Amino acid sequence: MTDETKKKVEDKILGLVTEYAGKKRFKPIDIVKEMEKEFASEGLTKDDIKGALKDLMDDEKLVYGYAGGSFLTLPENK
Amino acid sequence: MGKKHQTPLLDELKKGKWISFVKEIERAAEKSERTEDLLGQVEESYRDKVNHWKHGGMAGVKGYGAGMVGRFSEYPDKYPGIKECHSMRIIPSAGFFYNSDFLRKLADISEKHAGGLLNFHGATGNIQILGMSQAEAEDVFQAVAELGFDLGGSGSDLRTPSCCAGQARCEFANYDTMKICRHLTEEYLDELHRPAFNYKFKFKFSGCSNDCVASAARSDLAFIGTWKDKIKINQEEVKNYKKKFDVQKYVLDKCPTKCMWFEGENLAIDDENCVKCMHCINELPKALKAGDERGCSILIGAKAPLVTGPRMGMMLVPFYDVNEDAKNDYEWIKSLISNMWEFWDEYGVSRERIGELIGRVGLNTFLEGIGLEPIPEMVEHPRSNPFIKFTEDED
Repeated sequence: MTDETKKKVEDKILGLVTEYAGKKRFKPIDIVKEMEKEFASEGLTKDDIKGALKDLMDDEKLVYGYAGGSFLTLPENK
Repeated sequence: MGKKHQTPLLDELKKGKWISFVKEIERAAEKSERTEDLLGQVEESYRDKVNHWKHGGMAGVKGYGAGMVGRFSEYPDKYPGIKECHSMRIIPSAGFFYNSDFLRKLADISEKHAGGLLNFHGATGNIQILGMSQAEAEDVFQAVAELGFDLGGSGSDLRTPSCCAGQARCEFANYDTMKICRHLTEEYLDELHRPAFNYKFKFKFSGCSNDCVASAARSDLAFIGTWKDKIKINQEEVKNYKKKFDVQKYVLDKCPTKCMWFEGENLAIDDENCVKCMHCINELPKALKAGDERGCSILIGAKAPLVTGPRMGMMLVPFYDVNEDAKNDYEWIKSLISNMWEFWDEYGVSRERIGELIGRVGLNTFLEGIGLEPIPEMVEHPRSNPFIKFTEDED
C-alpha cells in the first residue's frame, strides 16, 4: 500500500466514524469489511486496513471505547 | 483515627479463621483515602445486594485499546476517592513466577498511584492494580513497563493467555504449558492490545486433565495435556497402596469408564477405554504414570455465563503433538488459530463467542471454514436430526 492510498484509507475511516458519531458504534472488523469493499479495486488486504487503523490509534485520532463489546470512537476532546 | 465509613456488614466478613479481603482492604485504607471510600461503597453494595459501579467508559493508556477496565462510582459525591476506580491488567509471567524485588516494586507503584490493592491473579489470570484514576494511568503504565511487564487483554480482544505451572512444578504435566503460553502471548501481542474481535477470545493451557486453570470451562481454545499410549504401572507400588487404603473402592470403582481391574494381585488397565481423566493417577501417583507419547487435546468453545449461558469446551483436536510443533515455532497451531479467527471475523456477530458461532452455523460449516476434517471424537452427543444431507460426490 502506498503512502497516498494509506492516507486515503485513514481519511475514509475517520470520516466514517465522525459521520456516525453518537449514532452507530463501529467494531474494528466492521471498518475493515467496509474499507475492503470501498477499496476493492486497489487490492487492499485486511492487514493493510488494520495497519491504517493502528496508525489512527497511535496518532490518537481514534480510540477504543467499551460498552459490552469494544468499538471505535473519537477521543473525548473531539 | 476512626473509620471514615461505618461498615457493620463488612465487619462480619472479618470473623472466622479465613483470610478476609476486608482485612486486606482495611490495611490498604490506612494509607489511602480512596481505599477508605472503597470500603464505604462495598458496604453499601452488601446492604443493597447490587454493586454500585458504572461499567465501561473511557479508561486506557495511549496507543492501547485494552489493558484497563473502567470503573466509575455511582456515588462520586459521597465517595470522591473512587469517582474513578479503574483496574490495570498486567500480563503475568507464565506459571506465575516472580521474584520478591518485582513484587515490592509493584506494591510501591500501587501505593503511589492507586489504592494500594493488587489482585494476584484475577479470574482472567492477570495481575491487577486496583483503584486508579485515568489521570494516573499513563504513569502507572510507564512504571510497570520499566519493570519489564506489559498490559494484558480486556474488551473484545485476545485475553491474556494463561497456563498452569506445568513442568516447572508439577509431575503430571504432559507438555510445557509455560513455553507455548509465553510464545503465543508474544506472537499475538497486537491482538491482545487492540480489541478487533467480535468479542473476547481466551487461550488457556493445562498440563493434564486435572485442568488447574479451568481451561475446559473457561477458554475458547483449551489445551489440555494428555497421552496416547498406555499408562505405566508399577505393580509393587500398587501393592503398597493396597496396604494403605481400599484401592478397589476409591480408585477402580470410581473410574468413569470402569477400565481397570485386578488380576490377582496385579492391576490391569484397558487403555483403549481410558478417557485420561487422571483420577487413578491422582490417587496412586507412585504406582501410575502417564505414557510416553505425550501432547495435548484441544477443546473449543467454552465460556462463562455472560450473554447466552455457560458452555463447556468440545473436542476439536484429540491429540495435538505440541512437542513436535514446538520445534517448528508452533506453526501448525498458529495456522489453525489464524483460520479460526478469519472465520469468526467473517461470520460472527457482535458479542458472539466462537463457541456460540459454531452452535449457530453448525460444526460441519465451521470445520470446512477452518480446514479441519471431521472425526468421531468431535461428536458431542448422538444426532437428533433424522435428515442427512449428502453432497454429490458422497455415496
